[in-house]
Amino acid sequence: MQQNEFIKIVSPFKDKLFRMAKRLLVSTEEAEDATQEVLVKLWVKNETLNELKSVEAMAMTMTKNYCLDQLKSKRAGNLTIVHNNYTDREPSLQQKLEDADSLSWVEKIINNLPEQQKLIIQMRDIEQYEFEDIAKILDMNETAIRVALSRARKTIRETMTKTHNHGIG
Amino acid sequence: MALDKIEKLLEKYFEGETSIVEENELKVYFTSTNVAQHLEQYQPIFGYFSQAKEQQFTQEIPLKSKKRNVVLWLSIAASVVIMLGVGTFMYFETNKLEQFAACSPEDNPQLALEQTQKALALVSEHLNTGIESVNYINEYENSKNRIFKQ
Repeated sequence: MQQNEFIKIVSPFKDKLFRMAKRLLVSTEEAEDATQEVLVKLWVKNETLNELKSVEAMAMTMTKNYCLDQLKSKRAGNLTIVHNNYTDREPSLQQKLEDADSLSWVEKIINNLPEQQKLIIQMRDIEQYEFEDIAKILDMNETAIRVALSRARKTIRETMTKTHNHGIG
Repeated sequence: MALDKIEKLLEKYFEGETSIVEENELKVYFTSTNVAQHLEQYQPIFGYFSQAKEQQFTQEIPLKSKKRNVVLWLSIAASVVIMLGVGTFMYFETNKLEQFAACSPEDNPQLALEQTQKALALVSEHLNTGIESVNYINEYENSKNRIFKQ
């Protein structure tokens, strides 16, 4: 397979990979690295890609696994100073302004969900995958996904209404 | 769109029962300008979902695997050259010995004779030098004889 052919296959979903990586890793730079890493891995597989039913689902699974591995190794080396766990306690002015913005509130709430729920919200509510595809990517059954999704959506709603009532949002 | 339908959809939505089409209806409703006041709290949720989909991966796709391959092949080539060099060196070194060992008298009686003579000459030469140094011992013998007068 030629490079331009590969890029043609990859370009419709590379943004999805990036957004999923960013959902899990939070930092933009790390998400970019992860996306590049996954794409390179796909490129190395090259010859076998044509045999796959869905390259996209495969790539999503690879991204998910890569990011979860990253998170695990980061937690294991708990003394490394990385820019995202070395933050000032006091939120910056910009942060404060952003907090006032209710859209980023939603983002924060989603980022506080457990990883699996994060992934499901990302794939269903943002990327709008069918349950069937999510089931394939996450290797879970559809009922479990619906349950987790419902739980995640309710958590978002509850946290939102709480901040709404307190007049913060 | 009818308000009660939206409310029903919302309920279904939070149970995880809605289809993509229904979820899109909700998105359209909540990103429109006329949202019922008691539903306004849901606006940011659907707003965020639409906004989050806009993010793009702007980085280049680094298909550097080609380059990596070049380095790999170069190192393989280099190691092959080294192996060949060592191999041929060893081959010729052992060959010299083999040449010597392999010349049986049947093959080349002339050469065999020469080699044998050479070898024998070498041995006798060394033997002679050995004997020369042993000559000193005779001196002891002489003086002993002189003293004890056998």
